[in-house]
Amino acid sequence: MNFQLDDQQLMIQKIVREFAEKEVAPVAAELDEKGQFPHEITRKMGEMGLFGLPFPEEYGGSGAGYLAYAIAVEEISRACASTGITYAAHCSIGTGPIYLFGTEEQKKKWVIPCAEGRMFAAFGLTEPNAGSDAGGTQTTAVLDGDEWVLNGSKCFITNVGVGGVAVITAVTDRSKGTRGISAFIVPTDTPGFSVGQPYHKLGLKASDTREIILENVRIPKENILGKEGEGFKQFLVALDGGRISIGALSVGIAQACLDASLKYAKERVQFGQPISKFQAIQFKLADMAMKTELARLMVYKAAWLKDNGKPFSKEAAMGKLYASEICVQNALEAIQIHGGYGYMKEYPVERYLRDAKLMEIGEGTSEIQRLVIARQLGC
Amino acid sequence: MEIIVCIKQVPDTTEVKIDPVKGTLIREGVPSIVNPFDKNAVEAALQIKAAKGGKVTVISMGPPQAMDALRECVAMGADEAVLLSDRAFAGADTWATSYTLAKAIEKIGKYDIIFCGKQAIDGDTAQVGPGIAEHLGLPQVTYVQKIREVTDTGMIVERAIEGGYEVISVPLPAMIAVEKSINEPRFPTMMGTMKAHKKQIPIWGAADINASEDLVGMNGSPTQVKRVFAPERRGGGEILQAEDEAGVCVLLVEKLREAKIV
Repeated sequence: MNFQLDDQQLMIQKIVREFAEKEVAPVAAELDEKGQFPHEITRKMGEMGLFGLPFPEEYGGSGAGYLAYAIAVEEISRACASTGITYAAHCSIGTGPIYLFGTEEQKKKWVIPCAEGRMFAAFGLTEPNAGSDAGGTQTTAVLDGDEWVLNGSKCFITNVGVGGVAVITAVTDRSKGTRGISAFIVPTDTPGFSVGQPYHKLGLKASDTREIILENVRIPKENILGKEGEGFKQFLVALDGGRISIGALSVGIAQACLDASLKYAKERVQFGQPISKFQAIQFKLADMAMKTELARLMVYKAAWLKDNGKPFSKEAAMGKLYASEICVQNALEAIQIHGGYGYMKEYPVERYLRDAKLMEIGEGTSEIQRLVIARQLGC
Repeated sequence: MEIIVCIKQVPDTTEVKIDPVKGTLIREGVPSIVNPFDKNAVEAALQIKAAKGGKVTVISMGPPQAMDALRECVAMGADEAVLLSDRAFAGADTWATSYTLAKAIEKIGKYDIIFCGKQAIDGDTAQVGPGIAEHLGLPQVTYVQKIREVTDTGMIVERAIEGGYEVISVPLPAMIAVEKSINEPRFPTMMGTMKAHKKQIPIWGAADINASEDLVGMNGSPTQVKRVFAPERRGGGEILQAEDEAGVCVLLVEKLREAKIV
């Protein structure tokens, strides 16, 4: 066993933390308030090469690995979860499937600009009638000569309003069930591809989330990702990686809750002493710290397994499930510690709670994570 | 353009804690960083390199862990790095430190500009940069807040002074110590970070730079530290308030009488 991050990971952690503290944290509340996409921050993240962390050099990345990427997602999310989800969705489920299943040509064309931060990628899986039951996809793709013609709609899609490319799942053969689903690389400027107005959300307000409408979207035959009928299998794999990033995002929020609470508890004086001197508050802080550290360990373990080419589906689900649930708990406790002030926008903890809730829903609800774990147990 | 930047690894706190018994800095548990002003120096060097081409070499004298600070500068974009580390260097004051750095710069040989931060945030002496210039017999400009022009033979810079600045033309090679306001240091790129970790950074000892054992470290340091201590925190003072200035004067005089000062 070795629980020590290597020198490179430590340096990446330090650099991203400094960047997040200096450039991201000061504007997070304003971006949330205005529902404004972090264009400037993500431009700088692109220049620093943060989007290329999980991809090798030949595809525009730095080859630092998934654990280094998870550390970066955690640090960014600790300052601003909206920026965190933008980052995580772009790398893990937007660019990830093209990197994992694309041809050499597709990777050169799409992964490089995405890894270099010149383009955002989105993942179009969820539909109004196909959420947890992603096998129930209704969007269709029909081969017409040398082109695929896509029709249907997708909902709750992160980054599609700012993105240049989307991976879209669609039914190519309804008679085959989940084996009749395929994935396609669709440039967002293709005629017939349109997006709705940004959703009005509870939290993560600075991230871009929209509906996609596909009306006779014609793409070249070669834009299919992998082989026909492999779409379902592919997105299960992509989501495994995505869960590590949502886990890391959750750890970032959980840590932010602890940071804010500890600072407040040391400053807030009641009954003649800082409230951090009262056991009632100490116990809350101790639990928050413990849960954050446990979640971090599980997320790091899943990322480590992935980096070392070992199976990680179960661990990724466990990490995502635990981290997402404890970040909601930490956010609630953070508000409780802040009392009335915690309910106000002057303090960041109400934002943490609004942002945290999505972690239990996105990229597989907590209930789906439990199913994934149970399946791995042989149920 | 050949540029050398001298950097220092310092504890990450402006509130340096001091061991009350030993009178030394408490470094345990305090993370180390590149001295912030030195990052400005690296940034200034990288900007000149971007405009005029050439090479940026960072050097630092310190314990083996100062390698991390050098790697961070390489990650920012510096081409080469050298660590000066030797037990004989331990306990150096600013005179011995600047001598050691000057000997290393002599060994590197080719240089047009030597950049330093204006001072380190731990010792706050601002003496090492000027010391290097003196050891090497170079012109120097300290507290540089802006570089106006760089040619192959000279620079025109703005030097911060109280209430304004001087415009100074200096021939090259020269030592330039920079202010925080000169630029905004870039964040290292991830690609740069990966490269920095693969890079072999040489470690030079006293023998490698032909430094005399008598002139480095504790032996070469004329400064004798008598005592290091944290001054006691003083109370917040008292604010006198009254209707007008005359009223405040009355209150003040009363206070001074009470204290038997008047």
